[in-house]
Amino acid sequence: MRKTIYFAMGSLVAAPAAAGELSVSVEIPRLRVAEYHKPYVAIWIEDASGKVAANLDVWYDVDLKGGEGTKWLPDLRTWWRRAGRSLKMPADGISGPTQGPGTQPLKFKEGVRPLGKLAPGAYTLRVEAAHEVGGRELVSVPFQWPPKRAASASASGSAELGAVRLTVKP
Amino acid sequence: MFARSSLIAAGFAIGLATLVPGKAEAHRRWLLPSATVLSGDSGLVTVDGASSNGLFIFEHHAMQLDDLKVTGPDGQPVEPKIIGAGQYRSTFDVPLKQQGTYRIAVASDGAMGFYELNGERQRIRGKTVAEAQAAVPAGATNVRITESSQRVETFTTLGEPNDVALKAAGRGLEMVPVTHPNDLAAGEPAQVQFLLDGKPAAGLEVEFVEGGTRYRDDAGIKTLTTDADGKVELNAARPGMYYIETSASSGEGDGAAAPQRRASYTAVLEFLPL
Repeated sequence: MRKTIYFAMGSLVAAPAAAGELSVSVEIPRLRVAEYHKPYVAIWIEDASGKVAANLDVWYDVDLKGGEGTKWLPDLRTWWRRAGRSLKMPADGISGPTQGPGTQPLKFKEGVRPLGKLAPGAYTLRVEAAHEVGGRELVSVPFQWPPKRAASASASGSAELGAVRLTVKP
Repeated sequence: MFARSSLIAAGFAIGLATLVPGKAEAHRRWLLPSATVLSGDSGLVTVDGASSNGLFIFEHHAMQLDDLKVTGPDGQPVEPKIIGAGQYRSTFDVPLKQQGTYRIAVASDGAMGFYELNGERQRIRGKTVAEAQAAVPAGATNVRITESSQRVETFTTLGEPNDVALKAAGRGLEMVPVTHPNDLAAGEPAQVQFLLDGKPAAGLEVEFVEGGTRYRDDAGIKTLTTDADGKVELNAARPGMYYIETSASSGEGDGAAAPQRRASYTAVLEFLPL
């Protein structure tokens, strides 16, 4: 009896050490426009059927009075349809303020929110950006989970987003 | 092509000899919302109502709003704020205070017709056939009464779409969603079902037209026919506001005892880019 518990605990303790890791860097380009607004950005993971497997981040005007910042969330059209409209905003652990031009490094650990647990399979990282008086862009980076070894992939936007780089580690 | 028998089966309550697809009315009638997909704790849409040939152009008449009814996500009425009417369009705001789908409709039933008395043709109107019939004086001949149900509508959603406001009333022509009317994307086939007095309307001719008629040469009318379940598939290649219209009517009425019946339906649907 005791032994069983001991082994069970042993495996539980071992699990986090083997947890995979997912690093994302998102480049927000400097735009030459008369009226600049920092973009709204959503970052999420879809499974092979297009279902949302994890909502990683949403950057919007979280601090505007009366939740006014949520008004433009549907401009992130794909994210809004697949995930946003069924979330209560601000969503715990994923909502954050908008970011200016530059590269944002992000790290997500398996088993820890917001990434949580991903079943083995094919996935796509989606990064969608839209800005006020501007356009919208969706950048996708496919990947396999769990990764056998550390691997990187990237894709680039042409207007609202620069390079999106994904690194997965076992 | 037009499945008469099934329409009769779907049936008007009043006895009918024949049923033919209704002829399109002279002008299209529509309610155009400022947005169909909104977010936040509360929101607002402003809606323009008009009748016109071009879509969605203010060029003919403002829409009468006497029969405007807005149904909220809980099925309860929502009070619109009427701004007013100009020559070509009327405008109202709809406050969105609850999460879910709103149905914005101008729907009415009525009866109208003619009779002859002493060689002169007279018009009659009523809210019901009985009311119109009561207005026919003794000795009148060639009585023609048409009972009509008409519905002009659109939909808008705050947050996540729901179905409560979309329940059929079971009267006249109605469209019920298979694909939710605020979950439409260009390039993705959508399905809707048409009901006539609450029952599937098979063999119904449906017109599906993309807005922006002023900026193209082609009329762009896609004519679709509902299947045995009253269902039809909508394919929007490009994102935008689309107009959908259908109607059905009985054959010539042959007197006050067998009034003609007519039902019409139009809606504006927005297909968003993915």
